Amino acid sequence: MTATPTNQAGRESAPARPRWQVLLIRPETMTLVLLIVAFGVASWLSPFFADATFILESATFYTEYALVALVLTAIIISGEIDLSPAAQMALTACLFGWAHKSGMPIALALPATVLFGAALGALNGFLALWCRLPSIIVTIGTMIFYRGIAQVIAGDRSIGGFPDWFIGVDWRYLMGIPVPVVILTLAAILLGLFMGLTVTGRQIYQIGTSPEAARHAGIRVRRIKMGLFILLGATSAVAGLITASRLASVRYDLASGGELQMVLMAMLGGTYIFGGRGTVAGTYLAAWLLVVIATGMTVANIAVTSQLIVMGAMLIVSIIATNFIYARTQR
Amino acid sequence: MMAGFFNFLLQRREAGILAMIVLVAVVVGTIEPRFIAMDTLRIVALAVPLILTVAMGQMMVLIARHVDLSVGSIMAMSSIVAGMMFRDLPDLPIMAGVVAAVGVGAVLGLFNGLLVVAFRLPSIIVTLGTLSLYRGLVFWVSDARQVDPQFIPRPLTLMSQTSPFFDIPWIVMIAGLIAVLTHLFLNHARMGRHIYALGSNPAAAPLRGIRVVPVTLGVFVISGALAGLAGIFYASRFGYVNPGITGVGFEFTVIAAVVVGGVSINGGVGTVLGTVLGVVLLGMVSVALPILGVSGFWQEVLNGAVIVAALLVDRIVRERGVRAATDARSAA
Repeated sequence: MTATPTNQAGRESAPARPRWQVLLIRPETMTLVLLIVAFGVASWLSPFFADATFILESATFYTEYALVALVLTAIIISGEIDLSPAAQMALTACLFGWAHKSGMPIALALPATVLFGAALGALNGFLALWCRLPSIIVTIGTMIFYRGIAQVIAGDRSIGGFPDWFIGVDWRYLMGIPVPVVILTLAAILLGLFMGLTVTGRQIYQIGTSPEAARHAGIRVRRIKMGLFILLGATSAVAGLITASRLASVRYDLASGGELQMVLMAMLGGTYIFGGRGTVAGTYLAAWLLVVIATGMTVANIAVTSQLIVMGAMLIVSIIATNFIYARTQR
Repeated sequence: MMAGFFNFLLQRREAGILAMIVLVAVVVGTIEPRFIAMDTLRIVALAVPLILTVAMGQMMVLIARHVDLSVGSIMAMSSIVAGMMFRDLPDLPIMAGVVAAVGVGAVLGLFNGLLVVAFRLPSIIVTLGTLSLYRGLVFWVSDARQVDPQFIPRPLTLMSQTSPFFDIPWIVMIAGLIAVLTHLFLNHARMGRHIYALGSNPAAAPLRGIRVVPVTLGVFVISGALAGLAGIFYASRFGYVNPGITGVGFEFTVIAAVVVGGVSINGGVGTVLGTVLGVVLLGMVSVALPILGVSGFWQEVLNGAVIVAALLVDRIVRERGVRAATDARSAA
């Protein structure tokens, strides 16, 4: 046995990179560094920024998108994408509002809404997997379709009148932390463990890396992807309900433009747009990065409409950066 | 017989769309005879030029196997720049505004193309980013203020109201001219053929000596420039430009019209005639809905359903095509 490790073919393999280097070139590390930098800049811009309660309070707005972005990350890793979850949030929330207004008890309407969300996800999955249409374009179709139905259900008015216990989830606290943030964190931990430790979770990575090889390895590609689409639908419904609770009313334009934020979180967290790579932890960090940047810009008096420039630019830059990092560490 | 007819419709996609147009006209006309009147035709004709102009660019992008989601924001950007020029420099000739709008559109389109080419990114994600980026720029440039109707030059708004002949408004004629030029370009210019070749097989295109980079940049620039021109049409047709309204969601209407017109999302397939018919069909439906007393809210549902349906039809057609080719080969 020589000092250099040999592989089965007997040839010398390249020496393994040191662990610190592997950690350093992970895209999540970039996200973490950016998060720290953004936090520093924001606190420098405004002394009021570095206040934990303030950040936690402003985070509640983004937790809804972040919750969906976690599952979207898994979908992108599996090599598919879904652009319709924001529209699913709007449709499920409007349906919930309509059901409540028509006298359905909330205890029944809540699970029904989540089930309905799962059905919307299943429709996406059916079109993308069984009809074999490219998911990126077919979910643009269903995005318009779902939001259209939301508009038909709710019209151009908002539906409100929810009971007191339902509204205001964002200012309920669990050990000093807003409930939506707790939900998001728990979801991130659960999904992160699922992706990292379970067989199915690892298979999702394999599907994204090479669908052909995954199929030959006996992985039920379609079934797993279908599960992810359904999970995304159900999660969108939950996010829609959280939004409904926060706003105390629903409108068809709820979460409009949310698909950009969700994709942005996944990309910013280092998910590879072509599938196979990415982590839930990265997306979770990216969500906080967005919270800090958006809150920082608001504190610095930058109009919400102008923040669109930053969001769009960040999406493009983050894909370029992630592609670059993965191209460097490919082999 | 029936199957033969069905096959014919599937093979000649344009015939199928034409049949749909006739069907819609007959059904709606039977329920509500008001629909079959010159007035309706005029409204349909006015709904068409904006979508048609942008659709010509989007069609080329799709044929080259890309997508441009930012056309609505580009249209708004061009429209607001031209509108602000008209407002702040009242003596400026209208033509200068038109040139500026088309130029702004071309530059923004070039930026899309450069990102796609230089970093080999999927165009759909890049343009999702620029969709937001350009919209933010619109708000920033305009200071989030609308350009009010009194600042839009009278001759420009008259372009949507007056007509050289047959009562067809100017902007409809210009849009028609653009469609004809696009047809000639795609079928007779070298680059036009290269767009088809690139979209049919992006891997083989460079091997056949097609310069992928200029062709890709070209389709994005053309798409941007046409979206810019549509920005002028918007100012002419609606008489105002609003940073938060102009062109919002317009990209999806355009994509719906283009895919209904038989342009394949998988690249390499699509004709001007089909796209024109697709635009007319969607325009007719959008005029028919209110006449039938159906809420305008259904329009969006329909647009979404139409995109999914068009993708399914495209899938079926291609699978038939593959089967037919395999059958022919095994028979030989």
